[in-house]
Amino acid sequence: MSEPSQSNGQSAQGEYREQHHIVSPAIYAVILFVLLCATALTCGMSYIDLGEWQIAPGVTLFWNPVVAIAIACTKMSLVVLFFMHIKYSRRLTKLTVVSGLFVFLTLIGMTLTDYMSRAWGRW
Amino acid sequence: MSDSSAVANGAVAEEPHDHPSYQRHHFETVDQQFDATNFAMWIFLLTEVMFFGGLFMAYLIMRNWYYRAFVEGSHQLSIFWGTANTTVLIISSFTMAMAVWSAQTRRQRALLTFLGLTFVLGVAFLGIKGIEWHEKWVKHHVPGIHEYSEQAFLNPASDPEVYKEYHDQPLSPAMASKTEEYFFLYFAMTGMHALHMVIGIGLLVYIFFRARSGAYTNGHYTYVENFGLYWHFVDIIWIFLYPLLYLISRY
Amino acid sequence: MSAPTIVVLPDQSTARIPKMNFLSKENGLLSWLLTSDHKRIATLYLISITFFFFIGGALAGLIRLELLTPQSDLMAADTYNKVFSMHGLIMVFLFLVPSVPATIGNFLVPMMVGAKDLALPKINLLSWYLYIAAGCMMLYTMAVGGVDTGWTFTTPLSTHYLNTHVISAGLAVFVAGFSSILTGLNFIVTIHKMRCPGMTWFRLPLFIWSNYAASILMVLGTPVLAITLVLVVLERTVHIGVFDPAYGGDPLLFQHLFWFYSHPAVYIMILPGMGVISEVVSTFSRKRVFGYTAVAFSSVAIAVFAFFVWAHHMFIMGISNYAALVFSLLTMLVAVPSAIKIFNWSFTLYKGSVTFETPMLYAFGFMGLFTIGGMTGVFLGSTGTDIHLTETYFVVAHFHFVMVGGMLMAFLSGIHFWWPKWTGRMYPEKLSQLAALVTFIGFNLTFFPQFILGTLGMPRRYAAYPPEFQVLNVFSTAGATVLGIGYLLPVLYLTWSLRYGAIAGDNPWQATGLEWQTQSPPLTENFPEIPIMDHEAYDYEWLEKQNLARQQQEEVV
Repeated sequence: MSEPSQSNGQSAQGEYREQHHIVSPAIYAVILFVLLCATALTCGMSYIDLGEWQIAPGVTLFWNPVVAIAIACTKMSLVVLFFMHIKYSRRLTKLTVVSGLFVFLTLIGMTLTDYMSRAWGRW
Repeated sequence: MSDSSAVANGAVAEEPHDHPSYQRHHFETVDQQFDATNFAMWIFLLTEVMFFGGLFMAYLIMRNWYYRAFVEGSHQLSIFWGTANTTVLIISSFTMAMAVWSAQTRRQRALLTFLGLTFVLGVAFLGIKGIEWHEKWVKHHVPGIHEYSEQAFLNPASDPEVYKEYHDQPLSPAMASKTEEYFFLYFAMTGMHALHMVIGIGLLVYIFFRARSGAYTNGHYTYVENFGLYWHFVDIIWIFLYPLLYLISRY
Repeated sequence: MSAPTIVVLPDQSTARIPKMNFLSKENGLLSWLLTSDHKRIATLYLISITFFFFIGGALAGLIRLELLTPQSDLMAADTYNKVFSMHGLIMVFLFLVPSVPATIGNFLVPMMVGAKDLALPKINLLSWYLYIAAGCMMLYTMAVGGVDTGWTFTTPLSTHYLNTHVISAGLAVFVAGFSSILTGLNFIVTIHKMRCPGMTWFRLPLFIWSNYAASILMVLGTPVLAITLVLVVLERTVHIGVFDPAYGGDPLLFQHLFWFYSHPAVYIMILPGMGVISEVVSTFSRKRVFGYTAVAFSSVAIAVFAFFVWAHHMFIMGISNYAALVFSLLTMLVAVPSAIKIFNWSFTLYKGSVTFETPMLYAFGFMGLFTIGGMTGVFLGSTGTDIHLTETYFVVAHFHFVMVGGMLMAFLSGIHFWWPKWTGRMYPEKLSQLAALVTFIGFNLTFFPQFILGTLGMPRRYAAYPPEFQVLNVFSTAGATVLGIGYLLPVLYLTWSLRYGAIAGDNPWQATGLEWQTQSPPLTENFPEIPIMDHEAYDYEWLEKQNLARQQQEEVV
C-alpha cells in the first residue's frame, strides 16, 4: 500500500526527533523560577514612579507601562518558547505564532494611528 | 473513456490494520496525525489571540482617555489576591508542562499527579477570583447591574482601607463616572478569562479520567500536549491582564 | 448544428452510477446527521445555504417592491429597516461567507490535495451544526420582529437606542462566525499537512490557493467580530460599555473593531469564488492558467493586504485625515492583486480553445461584472469621491456587483462545473445556458441603474426617496424579477437532473485535477488508494497521455 507520505520534503528521522523532542523537567523548573521572579519584579516596579521621557513637545512616554508590558512580554516569550515547546517546533509552527502576533499588532497599531492622530499632544 | 465503477463495485479492499488503534483512518501515519492536530491547536490559539485582542484594544483606548479613573479603580483591586492568582496560574502552567512530560515519558502516576495539581491550582484560581468578585459586589463596584457606587472615587477618604495605602485625590464627577468603564473592562476581561479557565478545567477533568485508563501513556500523548497548549495560552492572557488591571500605578 | 463542446460523456445505454459511492454508502437520517465524510457535510451545507439564500432573496424582493414607489407605502420605514437589515445579515453571514468554502470547498479540498478527508472531520460536522444553530437564531430573530440596525450593528444605535432584537441577531452572527472559523482552520491544516506524495505547493490547483488565503482571513479576522458582538451584547444588557459616548465610550472603537473583520470578510467571500473561476477558465480554454505563480501569490497578497485597509469604510465617521490618507493609499494597493488575477484569466483565454458551456458563461459574467464592481471600489476607496458616494446607492451597487455579479456567479459556475462530480449526473445544458443568460441580464438591469442613482444622490437604507429617482428604481425592480427567475431555474433543473440527468462518468469536462481522476460520485474515502502527484497543475498533455494509455489498455483487453 502507500508508504508514509512525506510531502513536506524533510527526512522522516529528522522530523520525528524534532516533533517529539522531550524538554527536561530541569528546564521547566528554571523557567518557573524566572517567571515567579518576573512577577515579583513587575509587582514591585508598580510601586516606583519611573518617570517619563519627553520625546517631543506634547509627546511623552511614561516608563511604568512600558516596563510592565516589557516584563509581561518576556514572561509570555518564556511560556511560549519552553512550556509550549515553540523553541523545539518546526518552522511552520514558529511562523504561525509570529503571524498571529503580527495581525494582533496590526489591529492595535493601525487603530492607534487613528486615535493618536486625532489627539496630537493630548496623549 | 472508462469509468471506475469496476474498481468501485469491487469494493475497496480492507487494508490490514498495521497502524496503532488511535490513528484515525484519514491520516496516513501517526506522525501526520500528531503534526496536523498540533498545528490545528496552534491555529485555534491564534483565533483566541485575536478574540482577546479586541478586548485589549478597547482597554487601551479607555485607559488612555480616563487614566485617573483607571488608576483609582485599580486601587480597589487587592494586590495580594491578584499576585497570588498570578503565582497560582504560573505554577499551574509548570505542573501542566510536567504533565505533558509525564505523558511523553509514559509515567502514568506522575501524569495523574501533575494533572491533579493543575486541576487544584486552576480551581484555586477561580476561588480567588470568586473572592475578588464578591468583594466588588459588596462594595457596589459591579457596573450596571448592582447600583454602582462612585462614592469611593468622589470621596476617597470614605474608603479607609484603600485610602490608607494610596491617598488618592478625589475625582471630578465626570472622571468618577468613568471608573464604571474601568470596572466594565475589568469584569469583561477577567470574566472572559475565567470562562476559558472553566472550560479548561472541565477538559482537564475529562483528560484526568482518560489518563487513569492509560489513554495517554501508550505513546499517544497528543491530547495532553494540545490541551497543555491551551492551558498555557490562558496563562499568558492572565500574564497580561495582571499588570494591565492591577499594576496601573501603585505609587 | 450544435456549438462546440468539450463534454465527453460515457455511452448512455450502458453507463451506470457506480454502486459504491459516498451517497449510497449508508442510508438513513442518522448516517447523514452524524457523518464525518466531508462530501456529505458539503451536501448538507449546500441544502442549508440554498434555503437561507432564498429567504434572503425574498427579503430582497420585498425591498425592491417597496422601492417601486417613492413613498414608503408598502411598509413603514421601521419595517423597511428590518427588512434590509435581515437581508444583509442573512446574505452575508448565512450565504456568502460559507457559500463556496463550506459547500464546494468542503467537497473538493481533500480531493484536490489527494487526501481521504479533511484533517478534522468531526470539527467539520460541528461547523455545520453551528451554522444551523446560527440559522435558527436568525430565523428566531426574524420571527420575533427582526433587527433594524443594518447588518453593521452601528453603535450606539444598537446598544442604546433601539428596542429591536439586537442581542439574538448578534448572537446568531457570533455562532455563524465560529462555524466559519472552524471551516477555515480545517482547510489550513489540511492544505499544509495532508497533501499526497508529490503534491508540492506549486502543483496545487489555484482553487486550493484561493481557499487557503480565504481561510487565513476567516481564522484571524472573525474572532475580532466575535468579541465585538460580545461587547455589544454586554453593553446592551448591562447599560454600560465602551461604545456609547453617554457612558464614556467611543462609537468609533466599535467601527474599528467591526470593520477589522468585515473588510477581510469581503475577501473571505470573494477569494473562493476566484478560485472557482481559475479552475473553470482553465478547463474551458483547454489551457493552463496564465501566470500560475502570480495568481497563487496574488491570492495570498489579497489576504495579507486585506488586514490593512478596513478604515476605508469609515472615511466619514470621524477618523483623522492622516488615518484616512493611510487607509486610502493602502486600499489602492489591495486592488492590484485582484486586477492581476483578472489579467491572468484573460490571458489564459488568449490562444486557448474556448467553449461556452454553462460554467464558462458564468465565469465570463464574473470577469466582466467583478471588474466593474472592483473598479467602482477604487472610486469609493479614494477619500475625496467617497465623501460624496458613501451611504448612497453607489455603494449598494458596488458591493452587489462584486458579491452578486462576482461571487454568486462564481458560486453558480462552480456548482455547475462540479455537479457531475458531486452527483454523477449532468445538468441540462441548454436550459442552464438560458438561466445563465437570464441571470446576467437580470443582474445588470437590477444593479446598473443603482450606480446612477447613487451618483445622483439617492441615499441607501431609505424606504422613501425623491420622486425623480423613481424611473431608475422601477428598472431596478424589473431587473430583480428577472434575476429571481434566473436563480430559481437552477434549483429546478438541478433537482430534476438528480433523477433524469445524463450519466456523467469520471471526467465529462476532460479536466485535469485529482478530483476528475476518480469516479463520479466519489467513494467515501475519495480514492481507492492515495494518489501520487507526478505532474504540474493544469497539465493537459499529461491528461492526453493518460487517456491514450487507457485507450490502448482497453484495445489490448
